Amino acid sequence: MSTLELVAPHADDDGAIARSRHPWQAAIGLVLLLSAGWLVATIVDNPQLDLGAIPKYLFDPAILKGLRTTVLISLISMGIGIVLGTVVAVMRLSRIRTARTLSGVYIWIFRGTPQLVQIIFWFNLALVFPRISLGIPGIGTLWSASTNSVMTSFTAAIVALGLNEGAYMAEIVRAGILSVDRGQTEAAQAIGMTPGQTLRRIVLPQAVRVAVPPTGNELIAMFKASALVFVIAGGDLMTNAQLISSQNFQVIELLVVASIWYLVLTTITTVVQRRLELKLSPQMPRRTGRRGLPLRPLAGRWSR
Amino acid sequence: MTAVQAGPIMAAREVHKFFGEIHCLRGVSLEVGRGEVTCLIGPSGSGKSTFLRCINRLEAHDRGQLLVAGEAVGYRACENGGWRLAKERELARQRRRVGMVFQRFNLFPHLSALDNVMEGPRQVQRVPKEQAREAAVALLARVGLQEKANARPAELSGGQQQRVAIARALALKPELMLFDEPTSALDPELVGEVLTVMSELARDGMTMIVVTHEMAFAREVADRVAFMADGQIVELGAAEQVLGDPQQERTIDFLRRVR
Repeated sequence: MSTLELVAPHADDDGAIARSRHPWQAAIGLVLLLSAGWLVATIVDNPQLDLGAIPKYLFDPAILKGLRTTVLISLISMGIGIVLGTVVAVMRLSRIRTARTLSGVYIWIFRGTPQLVQIIFWFNLALVFPRISLGIPGIGTLWSASTNSVMTSFTAAIVALGLNEGAYMAEIVRAGILSVDRGQTEAAQAIGMTPGQTLRRIVLPQAVRVAVPPTGNELIAMFKASALVFVIAGGDLMTNAQLISSQNFQVIELLVVASIWYLVLTTITTVVQRRLELKLSPQMPRRTGRRGLPLRPLAGRWSR
Repeated sequence: MTAVQAGPIMAAREVHKFFGEIHCLRGVSLEVGRGEVTCLIGPSGSGKSTFLRCINRLEAHDRGQLLVAGEAVGYRACENGGWRLAKERELARQRRRVGMVFQRFNLFPHLSALDNVMEGPRQVQRVPKEQAREAAVALLARVGLQEKANARPAELSGGQQQRVAIARALALKPELMLFDEPTSALDPELVGEVLTVMSELARDGMTMIVVTHEMAFAREVADRVAFMADGQIVELGAAEQVLGDPQQERTIDFLRRVR
């Protein structure tokens, strides 16, 4: 912040000081501007590109349907990831060795193999287990169905991305929990709270503050990773864009259309994340929140 | 439980505690009667805080017996006369009769002062919300902070935070209050307000065990003073006697240095 205040008087001066730029700056700027203009011109003039197709397909029903699926897959998978990640993080920090090992193995596998592999694996589950049944050993089957009827491309996408996300969220939540001062747990114990109450009422609410920024990152990554489900014909934005371009051969145009929507989604996420961060640190003066260092909301404003 | 009402609220017999190789408590024995104020003094590293933390089992002692209200802290009696480690739930129940105030306050930063005080009664004793709120407001008034009910801990001074922490501990109507160097983390000008609240508590008959470096407070408020060094109680007696006319070499030496 201090550097900002030091610079400010310069900007207010109307004389030569305010314009003390590097002598080459104008020249470099001009070169860059010309290059950009040239680039735009080659794109606009290019007979190989049909720019009109972009606005035309941007609101195409198939694209919008794909967008809806992309949002659904991403949000549901993220929800699964957050719940699963919280459970796994708590297990990871448990005193019970079995719980620690189990969660460690889970993270190891699902964080250690490619998302693409996991998506294809779940979609092809029927090759290994043709039927899925739910039952109690010795009593009988409660429910049974063919795997293919359950594992549609949509459920496969959610299962794959959700389980994968859980492994990443587990590490984020764990870092959040570990960031909470040990004295908080002691204070909760001292007023007679059980470990469960301590976790729910005292530790997790404080862990959230630390977990929000990386979770926003994860959601952005999730929107983009959901494009992978086009390999199992997931019916998402990417699938439908590919479907259209395979018919009209306007590959680049439809990639641009899809990219515009991905940018919209990630931009909204960024804005929501920033709002949430500000809301979770009510002690922080709004003024510094807007202009301060990006890490500002993380700084220990809750210091005792 | 009613049968032991007459006995000491806290009784420690030959309590030992190890941190790895370090023999931190070397047979501490102490009894505290109801309504009594006991101050633990001594050089840092003498084990006074560790002993205090053993009383509500924030640390588990390794040997010896620790009874609060006649119950072995952290254990439960078995039918065959033996002892077993208490389950977390039982331990939580045992801790409810002991209030604790920490050196660094440890208020819950995401809750207002009022919610900090209400948290125990609401979550642990399942007191109805309105009733808990009324009690919490009264407690904040008792520590002189009724107008700060809606403030977050970060908006309060150290002294105010510690007074809220005292109110939070009192909210569970404890039979015994433990204070772990409650004024050591405070700016000098804020120490007085906390000691005043503690003196009032003592006058109202609260049973208190206080680890402190405030000799004036100990002399004024404590019934008894225990001087600890190297994990043992070296000298124990009336506050007047231990502070005014110490008998042991180490006590004399320590008091000369803190003065």
